[in-house]
Amino acid sequence: MTSMPMLDVRDLRVEFPGRHGSVTALDGVSLTIAAGEILGVVGESGAGKSMTGLAVQGLLEPPGHIAGGEVWLDGRRIDTLSEREMQHVRGREIGAIFQDPLTSLNPLFSVGRQLIETIRLHLPLGRAEARQRAIALLAEVGIPGPEERVDHYPHQFSGGMRQRVVIALALAARPKLIIADEPTTALDVSIQAQITSLLRKLCKEHGTAVMLVTHDMGVIAETADRVAVMYAGRLVEIGPVADVIARPSHPYTRGLMGSIPTLGARVPRLQQIDGSMPRLDAIPKGCAFNPRCPHVMPRCQTERPELRPSGSGLSACWLNTQAQERAA
Amino acid sequence: MIVFLIKRLANAALVMLVVALMAFMIFRFVGDPIQLMVNEQTSQAERDALRERLGLNESVVMQYLRFVGNAVQGDFGISYRNQQEVMSLIAERFPATIELVLMATIISLVVGVPLGVITAIHRRKWYSEALQFVSIIGVSLPSFVIGILLILVFSVMLNIAPAFGRGDVVSIGWWTTGLLTPSGRAALILPSIALSFYQITLVMRLVRAEMLEVLRSDFIKFARARGVPAWRVHYSHALRNCLMPVVTMTAMNIGSLIAFALITETVFQWPGMGLLFIQAVTFVDIPVMAAYLCIVSFIFVALNTLVDITYALIDPRLRNSKA
Ligand SMILES: Nc1ncnc2c1ncn2[C@@H]1O[C@H](COP(=O)(O)OP(=O)(O)OP(=O)(O)O)[C@@H](O)[C@H]1O
Ligand code: SF4
Ligand SMILES: [Mg+2]
Repeated sequence: MTSMPMLDVRDLRVEFPGRHGSVTALDGVSLTIAAGEILGVVGESGAGKSMTGLAVQGLLEPPGHIAGGEVWLDGRRIDTLSEREMQHVRGREIGAIFQDPLTSLNPLFSVGRQLIETIRLHLPLGRAEARQRAIALLAEVGIPGPEERVDHYPHQFSGGMRQRVVIALALAARPKLIIADEPTTALDVSIQAQITSLLRKLCKEHGTAVMLVTHDMGVIAETADRVAVMYAGRLVEIGPVADVIARPSHPYTRGLMGSIPTLGARVPRLQQIDGSMPRLDAIPKGCAFNPRCPHVMPRCQTERPELRPSGSGLSACWLNTQAQERAA
Repeated sequence: MIVFLIKRLANAALVMLVVALMAFMIFRFVGDPIQLMVNEQTSQAERDALRERLGLNESVVMQYLRFVGNAVQGDFGISYRNQQEVMSLIAERFPATIELVLMATIISLVVGVPLGVITAIHRRKWYSEALQFVSIIGVSLPSFVIGILLILVFSVMLNIAPAFGRGDVVSIGWWTTGLLTPSGRAALILPSIALSFYQITLVMRLVRAEMLEVLRSDFIKFARARGVPAWRVHYSHALRNCLMPVVTMTAMNIGSLIAFALITETVFQWPGMGLLFIQAVTFVDIPVMAAYLCIVSFIFVALNTLVDITYALIDPRLRNSKA
C-alpha cells in the first residue's frame, strides 16, 4: 500500500487476567485499513472479531486489556490515550455500528435527542444547528420524512429503519473509521443488502475506512475491498477479497470458503473441517489450526507461522513458507 | 383493561373486608366493651341501656355490617380513654405521621439512588463493597436501635437536634404542619433519618441491581461507543431506565413506612398515629386500635392497587394475566 493507512493495528495482543492465569483473546493481530477502504473480518464464532473492534475503540471490558502492540489512527497512536481522550476519539473519529438495532438505541430518548447528543458532543454546533444536521443525517441514510421522524422514539421504527438511524449516529461527526460489528445479522434477509450497500455508498462518498465484521461471506464478497480471516484470536490470512475467495491460501480459509454453499449463507460452523476451534485457554502449540489441518506437518506443532506474503495478500501457514523456500 | 381494573378493585375491597373483620373481632371480643366503658357505680339498668344503644344485642353479623358501614363513613366510635371521637383523634395525628413518612421517603431517595448508582458503577471498588456491607447492617438493625443511637449522638452528646416532640406547628385547615416553623423542621430531622435508614438500604440495593442490569444492555455500550462521557451514560441513559421499579417500590413502601413509623414515633415521642396506637394499646382503647388497623391497612391496600394499575398501564402484557 502506498499511502499511509487510516487504521494501522500492529501486533495487537489482548489479555483477560483470570483466576487460572491470563487468557489471551487476541494474539499478534496486525492489519491496516486505508481511507475509503472496507476491510471485511471473518472467522468462526469466538475467533476474536468483535474483540479486535472493541480493542481499537478502547472499549474492552475490564479486566480485559491491551497487553501488547499498537493501534494507530490517521497517524496518531490511540491505544495509549487516557479514557478521557478516548471519549473524543469515539464518536468523533471512530463511529460504531452494532449488531442489533433493536437494542442499540436508548428506548426512552427520541432518535433526534440521541443524534443531537452525539453531534453536540463532538462538533461545535448550537441546538438548532445540531437539529438541522440530525435531520440531514436521517435524510442521508434514507429515512423518509426526516423532519417528523427526528422526534420519534426508537420503537416507532422498523428494524431496518433503526439500523439506518444507528448508521446516522455512527456518521454523525464524520468519523475517519467505522467499526461495524455484524450490522446486518439481526435484520431480515430482504433488508440486509439495502443496509450494506448504504454503508458502502456512504463510506465511499466520505472516504471513511470501515472494519466490517460479519459471518456472512456473501456480504463480504459484495461489500468489502479486502478481507481478514481470524482463527483463535489470530489473523491467519488477509488480502484482496476476490483473491481470497477465489484462491484462498491458508488451509483454514479454504475450509471456510468450501463450507459456503451460496452467497448470503451464514457460517455458524465449518462443515468441511472436522473438530472445532480450541478454547482460548487451550490453544495448541505452534499453528493454532494444526489439530484440524489436513496438511499438518511436524513443524506446525512446534513453531507458530508468521504472516508472510502469499499471492496478493498475506497468510500465516508453513505450507506457504515452504513453497517460498523451495522457490528461492 | 376494564376487567383487570374491576378484578383489582374487588380484590382490594375483599382484603379490606377481612381487615375490617379482624378489627371488628378485636373490638367485639377482646374484653366486654361495656365492662371497659363503665365504672363500678354504673347500675345494671344503665349497663343494659348502653348495651342496647351500642347495638350489642343484635346478631354478630348485623354488628359487623354496621361496623363496616360506619367505618366506610369514617365513624369508628368513641375512644374509651378520653371520650373523643376516634376519627377526630386520628385526623389530629394523621398529618404528623404523613409528614414524617414523606420526609423519610425523600431522604431515602436522595441518598439511596446515588449510592445505588455509585455502587453499581464502581462495584469492584472497596467503598462499594463497604457500602454493600453497611447496607446489610442497615437492614438488620432494628429501627428503635437506630433511633436511640441518633438521639444519643445528636441530642445528648452534640445537642444539635431535638430528640422528641414535633416542635411548633401551624394549622392549615384541619391539617397541621411542622414544616413552616424552625422548631418544627428541627424536630423532624432525627426521626425522619431514623425512619429512612432501612429504606435507604432498600433503595440502594434496588437501584444497584437495576443499574447492573441496564449497564449490560447494548444501548449503554453504544452510547459509550458514540463518545458519550461516562457520567452522562450512567446518570442520564442508564439511571433513567432504572427509575420505573424505583418509583414502584417507593410507592409500595410508603405503606410500610406508615406502619414502621409506629416504632420511630414511640422512640421520638412523635405525636403521630403510631404513638396514638401505642397509647391505645396501653389503655386497651379498642376503638382506636381498630380504627388504626383499618386506616393503615387501607393506605397499604390503596397504594398496592395503585401500583398494580400503573404497572398494567405501562406493560400491556400484565393486563390480562395478573389478578
Ligand atoms: N470477559 C472475557 N473474559 C475472557 N474471555 C473473553 C471475555 N469476553 C470474551 N472473551 C473471549 O474472547 C473471544 C473472542 O470473542 P469475540 O466476541 O471477539 O468473538 P467473535 O469473533 O466476535 O465471535 P462472534 O462471531 O460470536 O461474535 C471469545 O472466545 C470469548 O470467549
Ligand atoms: S501451518 Fe501447518 S497446521 Fe497451520 S495451517 Fe499451515 S499447514 Fe496447517
Ligand atoms: Mg462478535
